Amino acid sequence: MRKKKTAGRIIGTMICIAFALIFLYPTIVTLADSFMSQTEIMAHYGNVFKDDNNSEWWNYSSDKKDTTYKNDKVQIILRPARVTFSQYFTVLFKSPEYLFKFWNSVKLVVPILVFQILVALGASYSFARFRGRVKELAFFLYIILMLMPYQVTLVPNFMVAKWMGTLNTYWSIILPGVFSPFSVFILTKFMRRIPRAYVEAAEMDGASEWNIFSKIYVPLCKGTIVSVAILVFIDYWNMVEQPLIMLSDTDKYPLSVFLNQINKGEVGLAFAVASIYMIPCILIFLYCEEYLVEGITYSGGLKG
Amino acid sequence: MVVRIMNVEKKKKLLKITKSISFLAPSGLGVLAFFIIPFLVIVYYSIIDNPIQTNFVGVKNYVQLAHNQAFLQALGNTFRFSVIAVPLAVILPLLLAMLLDCRIPGKSIFRTIYISPLVVPVASVVLVWQVMFDKNGALNSIIKGMGADPVNWMDSVYNQFIVLSLFLWKNLGYNMILFMAGLGDIPMELIEVAKLENASSWQIFWKIKIRYLSSTVFFVMIISLINSFKIFREVYLLTGGYPYGNIYYLQHFMNNQFEKLDYSKISTAAVIMSIFMVIIIGLLFIVEDKFGKEVEE
Repeated sequence: MRKKKTAGRIIGTMICIAFALIFLYPTIVTLADSFMSQTEIMAHYGNVFKDDNNSEWWNYSSDKKDTTYKNDKVQIILRPARVTFSQYFTVLFKSPEYLFKFWNSVKLVVPILVFQILVALGASYSFARFRGRVKELAFFLYIILMLMPYQVTLVPNFMVAKWMGTLNTYWSIILPGVFSPFSVFILTKFMRRIPRAYVEAAEMDGASEWNIFSKIYVPLCKGTIVSVAILVFIDYWNMVEQPLIMLSDTDKYPLSVFLNQINKGEVGLAFAVASIYMIPCILIFLYCEEYLVEGITYSGGLKG
Repeated sequence: MVVRIMNVEKKKKLLKITKSISFLAPSGLGVLAFFIIPFLVIVYYSIIDNPIQTNFVGVKNYVQLAHNQAFLQALGNTFRFSVIAVPLAVILPLLLAMLLDCRIPGKSIFRTIYISPLVVPVASVVLVWQVMFDKNGALNSIIKGMGADPVNWMDSVYNQFIVLSLFLWKNLGYNMILFMAGLGDIPMELIEVAKLENASSWQIFWKIKIRYLSSTVFFVMIISLINSFKIFREVYLLTGGYPYGNIYYLQHFMNNQFEKLDYSKISTAAVIMSIFMVIIIGLLFIVEDKFGKEVEE
């Protein structure tokens, strides 16, 4: 019996390790290869990116063995032969367009993050503290809206942007982002768990509504606010759909969209840019993993 | 006297409503302005011929869309993707959560690793997938090295599985956390008692754990279904704007209509999609209600 259990545990651990390797692999490769020199990257991956008519290469050609198959081997490298920061140096000091795109991402994400949470705090307070039939219905509407895919929500957003003349400006992405119901949902779920006794005590002392909100509810929500902020940040840092539809000027694209349009001639830089782009996310993750997990746990289940 | 009390009550209620509305106002007005009202306009657009002439055409747009080849293909591809992706997105994370629930050494490290893809932008790692599956890529190098014919992965039926691998890589961690939370909610006493009564671990798994997890399983299923409808970002980053064949999904269709500025098509498609989503979400609510009660009893 005991032996069987130990064997089971060893197999379990093996499976865990196998999955762990698969999960880590892409991230590690990207980070590791960002330290390769341009020549080394071209030697290993050059074949993949050299096709000139890149917009056509996925068109299926009838002759399967077309001539572009070269003998040069492409192999994914986990350990650069020589560690160099030359790619980073080029990205940071010689080709400013990547930093501009990074800055575009920041300009889009930060206002959404700050204002979505501010707006959501008020709404969640209202949903948590004053309940009634109409409010439950409104909250239900928020949940439906939260779960709608972009195929649905981007159409109204686009129309509004067109009416307001904000197409091709960041307002067309920031404004809908600010009113996106995700934070409201999570914060309401948390606020509904705050015991009534806290509020009643404050009311006895004659606290105003604003004081109950700002001195009791918001401080109690601190942890949840961090969780929500992380989830919102990750979501918008990753954005692809909105810029593609709202922005016609590719100079305004955030790095998330621009990354896959890196010039074929600059493939050497791709890994460094990709790494720079994921660094804020990884840092946040390493410092705030528990908050992230808590936020996800809160998002599970629709009822508070 | 009675009248005065009534007035005070009324005043209190009115005050409460005022407070309630004023806290909700910023968010509520924004939601109305950017989502609800324009959505109603879209419903209107879907039943007129075009926004300039505004002739009422009834369900004509819907019928046209139902015969549109590109739309049908996108719809079919999206559904096929969901059918493959959702079961995997439920079973694999459940397995991982169960494994981590057993006393595996280094549990917290494994958890960290499994959820790390959640935070890594797809745009950053997509290069690895490209290098791997390009027709001149690493996988084909290996295949050629073994003397077989290379496969043009991204242009073959395999492309949807490549997209699937990226989708699963990104989403498993999220679902796993939901399952871990669900497992954590199972009362320990129940399992202890079952063990004392010589229940096999198989019985404990099916009769206790799965029963308690049923609402989580269902929730994860629906969320994964919704996430699988959203599949686009991964494909776009892998292949660019216009993929062919198997991986032309609903969002691609929408993007193409946006480019053509075909308002009636975009609006009609959005309305159809939203009706469909409301049905799924309604189902989620009903089942959550039912399962929630079952476990409480």
